[in-house]
Amino acid sequence: MLTRRQIFERAQRRRANMIAAGSTLAVALALVTLVPLAPGWAAVQRSFFNGEVFAKTFPGLLNAFLMDVAIFAWCAPLIAVLALVLAIARDLRAPALTPVRFAAIAFIDIFRGLPVILVIYLIGFGIPGLGLPRPWNSPYIWGSLALILVYAAYVAEVLRSGIESIHESQRDAALSLGLSQQDSMRFVILPQAIRRVVPANMNIFIALQKDVALLSFIGPVEIFRQAGVYKSLLANFTPYVGAALIFLAITIPATRYADHLMNRARRARS
Amino acid sequence: MTHISALRTASPLRSLCLAGTAVLLMGTGSALAQNACASGKTLTDGTLTIATGNPAYYPWVMDDAPESGNGFEAAVAYAVAAEMGFDTANVTWVRTSFDQSIQPGAKDFDFNLQQFSITEEREQIVDFSLPYYSSAMAVLTTQSVVDAGATASLDSLKGLVWGADANTTAVPMLTDLIGPDSAPLLYNDNVDVTAAMQAGQIDAALFDLPTALYLSAVVVNNGVLLGQFPADRTENPDQFGLLMEEGNPLKECVDAALATLTANGTLAAIEAEWLQDTTGVPVIE
Repeated sequence: MLTRRQIFERAQRRRANMIAAGSTLAVALALVTLVPLAPGWAAVQRSFFNGEVFAKTFPGLLNAFLMDVAIFAWCAPLIAVLALVLAIARDLRAPALTPVRFAAIAFIDIFRGLPVILVIYLIGFGIPGLGLPRPWNSPYIWGSLALILVYAAYVAEVLRSGIESIHESQRDAALSLGLSQQDSMRFVILPQAIRRVVPANMNIFIALQKDVALLSFIGPVEIFRQAGVYKSLLANFTPYVGAALIFLAITIPATRYADHLMNRARRARS
Repeated sequence: MTHISALRTASPLRSLCLAGTAVLLMGTGSALAQNACASGKTLTDGTLTIATGNPAYYPWVMDDAPESGNGFEAAVAYAVAAEMGFDTANVTWVRTSFDQSIQPGAKDFDFNLQQFSITEEREQIVDFSLPYYSSAMAVLTTQSVVDAGATASLDSLKGLVWGADANTTAVPMLTDLIGPDSAPLLYNDNVDVTAAMQAGQIDAALFDLPTALYLSAVVVNNGVLLGQFPADRTENPDQFGLLMEEGNPLKECVDAALATLTANGTLAAIEAEWLQDTTGVPVIE
């Protein structure tokens, strides 16, 4: 048996849902009916939403996307490791290790400040240009390294914010219990810090998943480049739409998952 | 003229060319009539707006200054303009990227020339004029690759690591003409292709012959032209056309002008003046 208040709230909720559905439907209908009325719609449709071109290019795009997945798969763990090393180096407190701390700060400042594409060109073409023999001059190796350096700088800063969010008293407590500096970082600080910044890191890895496409500048034919080739051959932008759909199919679920993690963390804290 | 017609023998477009010329010869054929054809059909009345790339490359346009009329495409543009009744003062130049030239909607040029290859698929989105140049494709490589044993035979070429400019028809030609063993690496522009070659990441790259000659002589250290696929090959001929908006009424005037220029040898003369003699480059069988 519902209380009068519950009945009232349910009616309110139902009314809100009806209004939300109605307004969404009205906007969608307006878009669907009004946009095609624009004089250039036929040309835009032929250039961007061409079913024939889409069908012809989509399998090739899907195949090229495997390259993106592979690059992501070998970059992500290395980024995590390097970022952790950087974050810990930035947090070093022993006076003798000050140079290491400064080096970590300089690394993070530089690689966060540079455009990703410049780093990719510089490392992807520059280092092999020094005269490395094959296969050590591969654009896959050096392009991936460029991504790893830049993204590790970002992730390191996120991890540092996590480390700093753990109250100083915990560190003092761990030390007073007899744990060494290393052990208190390893068993007390990091487990909490890393868990706190998981949602923020999810966002960075979603960004990485899109930036993998930048590797195409130095040669690898991944989905973005493959779409560009189709665009050029067919004089049609539809392949980019196909590529975007494939990206969205990955990034939207990933973003929702990050949201879910963030909500759970918030509930756990409150 | 002999050069051009020799190149075109295998082309299905040749008959079109000749038909256009015949119509023109039977008709008026005077500059005045050409002018009448174009009147009212250009973007700005009395002015012909021509687009080229940004930047425009040697030897197509010299010093990135098409206004000078120096360079093969600049010279062709002014010849077409003159044939249509526009003198030099009535030609204005604009710059577009490849993507801008194929975007839907109104164009800000009457025609656009930056080595656009005519293909059936592209014809569905934009209009092309009759071809003004048939390009051989050439294999650009470095001396160290040749020293390592690369030769101008298909078998040897298959084994190389290939690169190409992703925005060009060199990409499908690479697959069709050579069919390399490993997937080619693709780049945004010539500069990146040559950088990768210099870094030893690719052995060879496919370009149209005039571009390849320039790159091997000026840009790439120890650059070598290993060989060429001649322009009159029957499959996948690479022919450059002037790009226009789909359904542009100016097309018939441009085509008539090009047909005349082809027939009276002007195009061949321009080609001889601006594009190097390419007979020294060995032909790949």
